[in-house]
Amino acid sequence: MRCDVCQKNDATVYLTQIVEGKMQKVNLCEHCAKEKGVSDPTGFAMADLLLGLGATQQIEHGGQPAQKCPVCGFTQIDFKKTGRLGCSACYDTFADGLANLLKGMHKGLKHTGKMPAHLSRRYAMADRVKSLETDLQKAVKNENYEDAARLRDEIQKIEHELQA
Amino acid sequence: MTFDDIVAHPGQWLRGDGPHDKIVVSSRIRFARNLKDRPFPGWAKKAERLKILGEIQDHVAAIPAMDDGYTAPLQDLTALQKQILVERHLVSREHASKSAGSAVVISHDQQLSMMINEEDHLRMQSLLPGLQLREAYKINNEADLFLEDRVPYAFHPDLGYLTACPTNVGTGLRASAMVHLPALVLAEQINQIVNSVGKIGLAVRGLYGEGTEALGNLFQVSNQTTLGETEEEIIDRLVKVIEQVIEHEQNARQTLLERRANMLLDQIGRAYGVLGHARAIASKEALNLLSVMKLGADLGLFPESTQLAVDELFMTTQPAHLQLGEKKEKLSPEERDTLRADLVRAKVKKIPEPDIAKVKPAANGNGKKKDK
Ligand SMILES: [Zn+2]
Ligand SMILES: [Zn+2]
Repeated sequence: MRCDVCQKNDATVYLTQIVEGKMQKVNLCEHCAKEKGVSDPTGFAMADLLLGLGATQQIEHGGQPAQKCPVCGFTQIDFKKTGRLGCSACYDTFADGLANLLKGMHKGLKHTGKMPAHLSRRYAMADRVKSLETDLQKAVKNENYEDAARLRDEIQKIEHELQA
Repeated sequence: MTFDDIVAHPGQWLRGDGPHDKIVVSSRIRFARNLKDRPFPGWAKKAERLKILGEIQDHVAAIPAMDDGYTAPLQDLTALQKQILVERHLVSREHASKSAGSAVVISHDQQLSMMINEEDHLRMQSLLPGLQLREAYKINNEADLFLEDRVPYAFHPDLGYLTACPTNVGTGLRASAMVHLPALVLAEQINQIVNSVGKIGLAVRGLYGEGTEALGNLFQVSNQTTLGETEEEIIDRLVKVIEQVIEHEQNARQTLLERRANMLLDQIGRAYGVLGHARAIASKEALNLLSVMKLGADLGLFPESTQLAVDELFMTTQPAHLQLGEKKEKLSPEERDTLRADLVRAKVKKIPEPDIAKVKPAANGNGKKKDK
């Protein structure tokens, strides 16, 4: 049996794990087993490895095979080889293929946890601009020019802050 | 703090107390974080990795919890030192294989450790004794809040924290507890537990050893998914499951005491006998017998201090710890087995014989006999 990671050496280490009630099996050669730290007492490598291997096969279905990340030069072929991405921008580059993959891997497709405080302030400001713009349109439509002028000022002020 | 300080003083997770610490050895929280638009460590060239390390390291060392901590670029550590850190659960095996361009930063109390340029640019981990996942989360979160103002994190409004491997995207959170389940193993109920925990999206696996075999009856329970739930939801779910696992283990212990006391006493007595007299012992056998000793201590058959002695042996009988302080360059497996036996014997000799009066064998004490 061939090693699932390098596809070159004979597999000598056989691993099984149960995830979501499904049995997953991985066969590794001595070298890859060591490299991937499957006997790692910190124990995270195994889960990453198992899920990562399934990942490489799925991403191919999305996007064109020639796609290349403009920021780091990573390609889908590289992903197939390593099960890892090249940089954070790869998530946009390969978004189509990744969506499918993430769906099978996680509980949802939307992050609901914490975020850096400065970003949450920015997102809140961007949301505020959007709602002010709706109000502005309404005010213009109703020929309520006094309100419109005030709303325009407020939008400009927030946009100025966002650029800072 | 120096490397020798770390060697001389094992972290709090080993020596300290925590809720349910008879069954839950330790709790760990890990965050994965990366820099925006920079190649991940596995894809970055060496020069770029060094540059990224330079940009992160000072900020990491400046985290208040890292005051008087330990910082080392990995190329400054010997293979043995790296292995010691792995056996202390302070760095991952993957990180230990790294060299120039990677570093480790460890807090003075060894509760918080950071791996720079592991699989992600930054992996921060908190480790506490007993069941303290929420407390460990708090430690990690404080460090994270400090760094997020100083380091431009890769964060996506829909996908959350972006990581080298898509399995970690979202919260970048891996929460896990190391649990000691000797009674569930003895009662042959462990597979049921592993299966049912697996069904709800959590993973259980042996801490040492491969596949389903768990040496020392130590298991790790952790979350598998990182996207679509908040950190609190992930941790709450894990804590609930671990509390159930604890209950099952306690019930299994009670049942063994009531129905198979003689078998239990036999196992504990044999472990005590072998560990107290062996002249050569392989790691696998040592881990399994130490686990039985630990159970004996939990049941009150050995004095209170036995707990720590046994927990320390779990660590000090591992290869790098055995090598430590040896003059010879690299011990052979046979030499290691001898040294391990010496170490264990010396400790176990100080422990009095199991106090059988603590466990009253039932009238049909030899009940169902097992051929093991
Ligand atoms: Zn291989
Ligand atoms: Zn990229």
